[in-house]
Amino acid sequence: MNRDRINQILGRIPTHVVVIATIVIWIVPTLGLLIASLRPVQDTNSSGWWKVFSAPRGSEPYVQHCASCHGSDGRTLSQADLSDAAVIGKYPRSLQLLALLRKDINGQPHMGDQPLPTPQEAADIAVYLRSLSGTERTTRFTLDNYIDALVGYRGLRNYRVDCAEGPRPVGLNCNLSDLLNPRGMGRAFVNSLWVTIPATILPLLLAAFAGYAFSWMHFKGRFLLFAILVGLQVVPLQMTLVPILRLYAQFGLNGTFLGVWLFHTGFGMPYAIYLMRNFLGSLPRDLFESAYLDGASHWTAFYQLVIPLAMPAIASLAIFQFLWVWNDLLVALVFLGGTTPVMTYQISNMVTSLGAGWHLLTAAAFLSMLLPMFVFFALQRYFIRGMLAGAVKG
Amino acid sequence: MATQDIPRIMKHGRVTPWLYLLPALVVMSLFIVYPMINTIALSFSNSDGTASASTLCREGRACWGIFENYRYALTAELNFSSVGAFWSSFWSSSYGNTLKWIIFMVSGTVSIGLLFAVLADRVKYEALAKAILFMPMAISFVGAGVIWKFMYDYGTQQVQIGLLNAIITALGGDPVSWLSTVPLNTFMLIIVGIWIWTGFCMTVLSAAYKSVPDEILEAARVDGASEWTVFWRIIMPIILPTVTVVVTTMVINVLKLFDLVYVMTGGNFKTDVIANRMYTEINTNYNVGRGTAVAVILVLAIIPFVYFNIRRFLAQESMR
Repeated sequence: MNRDRINQILGRIPTHVVVIATIVIWIVPTLGLLIASLRPVQDTNSSGWWKVFSAPRGSEPYVQHCASCHGSDGRTLSQADLSDAAVIGKYPRSLQLLALLRKDINGQPHMGDQPLPTPQEAADIAVYLRSLSGTERTTRFTLDNYIDALVGYRGLRNYRVDCAEGPRPVGLNCNLSDLLNPRGMGRAFVNSLWVTIPATILPLLLAAFAGYAFSWMHFKGRFLLFAILVGLQVVPLQMTLVPILRLYAQFGLNGTFLGVWLFHTGFGMPYAIYLMRNFLGSLPRDLFESAYLDGASHWTAFYQLVIPLAMPAIASLAIFQFLWVWNDLLVALVFLGGTTPVMTYQISNMVTSLGAGWHLLTAAAFLSMLLPMFVFFALQRYFIRGMLAGAVKG
Repeated sequence: MATQDIPRIMKHGRVTPWLYLLPALVVMSLFIVYPMINTIALSFSNSDGTASASTLCREGRACWGIFENYRYALTAELNFSSVGAFWSSFWSSSYGNTLKWIIFMVSGTVSIGLLFAVLADRVKYEALAKAILFMPMAISFVGAGVIWKFMYDYGTQQVQIGLLNAIITALGGDPVSWLSTVPLNTFMLIIVGIWIWTGFCMTVLSAAYKSVPDEILEAARVDGASEWTVFWRIIMPIILPTVTVVVTTMVINVLKLFDLVYVMTGGNFKTDVIANRMYTEINTNYNVGRGTAVAVILVLAIIPFVYFNIRRFLAQESMR
């Protein structure tokens, strides 16, 4: 390796450092959410997610206060075997534990001349002892948070344990029907899908027709109409909410899926037509000439020629509309609200009013991200193509 | 127009095009055009849209007659007692905050996006790096809000489970309540916005950067131009139109931004922005007149960019 080559490699180091540092900053927040959502309740709410592989909770104060006599495995003193579930069962919480530590044993203070552990340390030690003795099975990773979020469990332990040992959790039946509990993310997932799929197909369909007319047909005012359309793309959603809300109230459409489908269709239209026209307009002219020579009508050309050829374009548009509707909060909040909660609504509710613990919130957030993430990684090519074709709407 | 030479390949009657257009035009008029007009009308009415806004005027209080809702929307958050009070109340009002969002989020996303596009072009793992930076675009604002609320978590106990406060306490500092400390909190929200939107700017700018012909760059480098000069004197002028497009798109996006503020602070602790204020007026205070007035102000702010959009479209058309 000659000197130039070494210099070249050295010269690139700053580039690598900046790029990698940026990637790390970008991915750490999401990674943290994922890890936190997979940890047991106590761990998620009591220690940072980055401690997932560090020593279990309570091991430090245990070593500091207890291990010198009881041994690191708790078995050194046979008359007080800390790995025996029967012994630890009598002191499940820090209160009992501290009381025991204050008492004398055979006339001697329990802790000798050592200071007592603080209440926080005692609580941690109690947790550690429960796992050491096997009274409480501890794992680093669990799917319980996801199950709890899916069924909308809001109790103190978790759904699986409550159902196995009783008492049965409030408002749940401990069978598959729980997936449809209105407070759960399972139901919200179904609602989200039911909102999103028609709200994606409908605008695509209408936009394909209009885009075809704009690119391959002649009519008066075509250009003016299209310029207006370009302007309408940036009208903010907020501008249209109140009148539609009042209109829907008259027709009883508030809180219905039909209302949301129609709203998303109308609102997504300018952008969808704009993209469609750009895509369809770029098809080669010869195609249409030969189709005409073969005696095809516009209708035949449209659905036998244009639609199949424009499939990749339609795919990018579909992904956009899908993600836009799936991730939307405002429309769902205003038109559906709590009667048929979608995922974004459910999560924003958990954040703002219910104050659910981080274990539930992280799991719920990740559940709502699963489908968009999948779409993104599987169809990234179409996604980026759609974005480059005509900035982003919103 | 420029593209009128689309050939009359297939004959069709006068009506046929309108049949293709009709469904789209109907839903658009119903869901965009009609509501826009109606919103403007409602902004001159009282809280439930039943009477004119001028009926809201009371003896002895400032009133703008039929523009009363606009008076409220524009001045309610401001303090006119002195110049200093005016400035400080402006900067913590929804307008001042929206301005902060525009300035810092747009400059943040565009500069980081451009830097990353240029640097990632030189490494072998470019595709992966760009995918990671772009990924937040697929996530909802609500999801991003949760992700970052977790990052910013402020523990009242010894243990900090939010990464940011954990780093600060590990370095010996005191934990900060990121989302309720004024004026820090608005900037913490803007960071989340930057995290979401940089991927978009990066992707568009990267495509423009890659379209700069290699020969020109090579020629400049052979002539002894430094990378810095190459970037500012050659690359920048070529990609400038794209940069303008990205900037205007971002400004429009920022003006409409609602979800993030709603989920993370609900507009409390002086983090309100225009779009969230409109939501609060309508769905919390049930005041249709005031809410629509805020919406109209939002549109007025966006109109210059509509003009820009149409002009860009016309320029594109004339190039086809």
